Amino acid sequence: MPKDNGIGAAPKRREDLRFLTGKGRYTDDINIAGQAHAYFLRSDVAHGTINSIDTAAAAGMDGVVSILTAADFEAAGGIPCGWCVTDRHGQPMKEPKHPILAEGKVRHVGDPIAMIIADTLEQARDAAEAINVDITELPAVVDMSTALDAGATKVHDEFDDNLCYDWTFGSDDAAVEEAFSKAAHITTLELVNNRLVANPMEPRVAVGDYTSHNDESTLYTTSQNPHVIRLLMGAFVLGIPEHKLRVVAPDVGGGFGAKIYHYAEEAACTLAAKLCGRPVKWTSSRSEAFMSDAHGRDHITKMELALDADNNFIGIRTDTLANMGAYLSTFAPSIPTYLHGTLMAGNYKTPVVQVNVKSIFTTTVPVDAYRGAGRPEATFQLERIVDMAARELGVSPIDLRNQNFISKDMFPYATPVAVEYDTGDYHATLAKGADLADVAGFDARAAASAANGKLRGLGVAHFIEACGIAPSALVGQLGARAGLYESATVRVNATGGLVVMTGSHSHGQGHETTFPQVVAEMIGIDESMVEIVHGDTANTPMGMGTYGSRSLAVGGSAIVRATEKIINKAKKIAAHLMEAAEGDIELKDGTFSVAGTDKSIAWGDVALTAYVPHNYPLEDLEPGLEETAFYDPANFTYPAGAYICEVEVDPDTGKVDVLNFTAADDFGNVVNPMIVAGQVHGGIVQGIGQALLENCSYDENGQLLSASFMDYTMPRADDIPFMTVDHSCVTPCTHNPLGVKGCGEAGAIGSPPAVVNAVLDALHRGGHNVPHIDMPLTPSRVWSAMNG
Amino acid sequence: MSEIEMKVNGKSVKGDAEGRTLLSSFLREELRLTGTHVGCDTSQCGACVVHVDGVAVKSCTMLAADAAGADVTTIEGMANADGSLSVIQAAFQEHHGLQCGFCTPGMVMSAAALLKENPKPSEAEIRHYLEGNICRCTGYHNIVKSVLAASGQLDESGGAIAAE
Repeated sequence: MPKDNGIGAAPKRREDLRFLTGKGRYTDDINIAGQAHAYFLRSDVAHGTINSIDTAAAAGMDGVVSILTAADFEAAGGIPCGWCVTDRHGQPMKEPKHPILAEGKVRHVGDPIAMIIADTLEQARDAAEAINVDITELPAVVDMSTALDAGATKVHDEFDDNLCYDWTFGSDDAAVEEAFSKAAHITTLELVNNRLVANPMEPRVAVGDYTSHNDESTLYTTSQNPHVIRLLMGAFVLGIPEHKLRVVAPDVGGGFGAKIYHYAEEAACTLAAKLCGRPVKWTSSRSEAFMSDAHGRDHITKMELALDADNNFIGIRTDTLANMGAYLSTFAPSIPTYLHGTLMAGNYKTPVVQVNVKSIFTTTVPVDAYRGAGRPEATFQLERIVDMAARELGVSPIDLRNQNFISKDMFPYATPVAVEYDTGDYHATLAKGADLADVAGFDARAAASAANGKLRGLGVAHFIEACGIAPSALVGQLGARAGLYESATVRVNATGGLVVMTGSHSHGQGHETTFPQVVAEMIGIDESMVEIVHGDTANTPMGMGTYGSRSLAVGGSAIVRATEKIINKAKKIAAHLMEAAEGDIELKDGTFSVAGTDKSIAWGDVALTAYVPHNYPLEDLEPGLEETAFYDPANFTYPAGAYICEVEVDPDTGKVDVLNFTAADDFGNVVNPMIVAGQVHGGIVQGIGQALLENCSYDENGQLLSASFMDYTMPRADDIPFMTVDHSCVTPCTHNPLGVKGCGEAGAIGSPPAVVNAVLDALHRGGHNVPHIDMPLTPSRVWSAMNG
Repeated sequence: MSEIEMKVNGKSVKGDAEGRTLLSSFLREELRLTGTHVGCDTSQCGACVVHVDGVAVKSCTMLAADAAGADVTTIEGMANADGSLSVIQAAFQEHHGLQCGFCTPGMVMSAAALLKENPKPSEAEIRHYLEGNICRCTGYHNIVKSVLAASGQLDESGGAIAAE
């Protein structure tokens, strides 16, 4: 019988009632009396020197309140980067200033040059057209493979070249040379991991407000982590102390990473509100989002896998060029390094793994984390090369994986790339996936497709990711400029209801539903007694927010710790009321009882006593029932799973249809299976999008070719089949109190190689020996590969 | 600026609009009906779908002035008279057909239009009809299930569909 309350239940989401009736409150729904509207005039060239900005005509136009350029932000700092990577020689990365508005140069199409503030948005846009910007265009830097050549145009004149850092990680050169010298077979794969745009359906919005009587600024923004924005913008950009700066992120319409970062528009609107004496609102259009939201992926990689004569993996070496774009976004330097290199062992016991990454400045939009962030890139190259090796060696891709998997008796398992996996059973997830996908029956289905003139293929991938970021001391050693704990305050009200204030923030994950399940389970009360407060720095403890599949593993753990403190104190009160020893008090189903007796007292009576302490041990215990906990994880968590894709390729057109998709994940314990399944569905489709449809494309002049939904192919309902997702394989995380691992990114990590492997399998079965096709596998690319 | 009148969710309303004001802006900014969302500027995403005289329309592609005198229904007008969720809304909640909720108003309005035209659509018909509504969260799986359920084609356990 499924549970209907607490951990493991699937209650309907509370959020849905407002979202389904048009009563959600997103940032763009906020309108403050007297607000003015901002429009950003952006560069339409990739690279150039700004000679002059003439705003005189525009400034006199109807409704124009103010026009701001870089000179108006002179006192402000640049947009900071939150992670400093140290290169292979022990030197810090190059870190150019990222001004709020372009200073002297523009460095990508979309780089903001002027901020026009007017009574209405239309007036601001009209005025923008009257601004005359004189720019001397410089050559664009688009192609990473030539950006480091001697004499290449420099994106930042203050540096010697376009190299941000040259980084190496894992096994040393001697170990790699030895492994490869012993190899019986070496598989080599060169690939491009295509640049993507996160495209949450809600575009970014910022509303700045300022009250002079208390010198207080408020920013309403579309953020996954309002406390991070307050810290970065207050301390590093605008110089506003936290007690004079409030950041509110109300309902957030998706994020997928793109709403982690502190963006220039947030600082501009916050400062402009003070300068103009009016609230200032900016709403991104979708076209603007394409050229101002941080992009994702964009790697060029060469990877080699060495195998011995028995097909054991004995060495991995990778060389990657990673695109940083024009400036360093908040977490950008960490993505191709510590969120990528550390996962290069995958699920395999390969003893030698070396990862090399050169990160490069280009005249393109900054690149940062997008759902999965570094881990999809690692998984893609690894799971492609394993398939490629299996094909070259004439063995089953499933058998080759099983042979090389870390087995369940090897945990905890320290990889050659620094991380230590706590638990997992990869043979079990792969077997589960193969069973659910009916791999055994595939040949018959392939024959049926062949009879219809179609090529059918089966692709397998098995991923691992590091979630629940992150142990603060560890990431501090690696260059993070922040701690990565999470916080929770649990307040029990006098009549027994609870409010949980969390530093995590939901942008679609349903925290208002799942977090109460955890608290209700611990106390033994109904979920309806627990309410979640999040998204506002004024009423939540300092927390690091939601990304990296961390909210339940880290934020949920903080809630558990705070609730444990509540229960411990409540037991003391109950012991006093029942005149019993504290150690004899038990809490079950919301009732405290004295072990071995029939004495009991209800949860609500203990709560009331805490606030009406007439009969209360005041000499030993403070009144009230409210506790805060900060939880800093001891390790990452390591979800893993098998992703199996079945496709049909039309040999006449190269069009790929995804027919079946199966995911068998090990997420550790699951709090709400309905929400977990939904997360996996969404992730898989973003992965299918990367594999088949999506591509952010620049021409050689640095013009963004894919800047709307008419040019950038988002997955739509008719591109996708129903999916089979399973999370019944459970090896609980050993180091957090819930035993959970995180599920938000898995789908986007595991699916791209499964799709590509399936297409290449289909081509192979059709007699086309195509070793690799770069994503997205559009009909033209597939057809061209087949027809050589 | 001129004043235009229309009926929205059963009530007669008036508001000011420039000639270039889009229906989506008129609903959101002038009438403060912020349930209708704007997710793109090329008429692709469908977050702004409303019904104009019973027909599903992307309200970002229609001038407010062109809707003068029309009978408009937005997501705010979709619940039952007693405030409870309509069959389609309830199905989206029951089957987890929404995550961040941003595309949801447009999805619900499109799904309602579909079921009016075709009370028992097949899975393929649902996917084809919703092709003009982009969702980035759900992978469409549970949206399609919700529409199947709202049209009475799923049993309580998710019947007609094997995969969960």
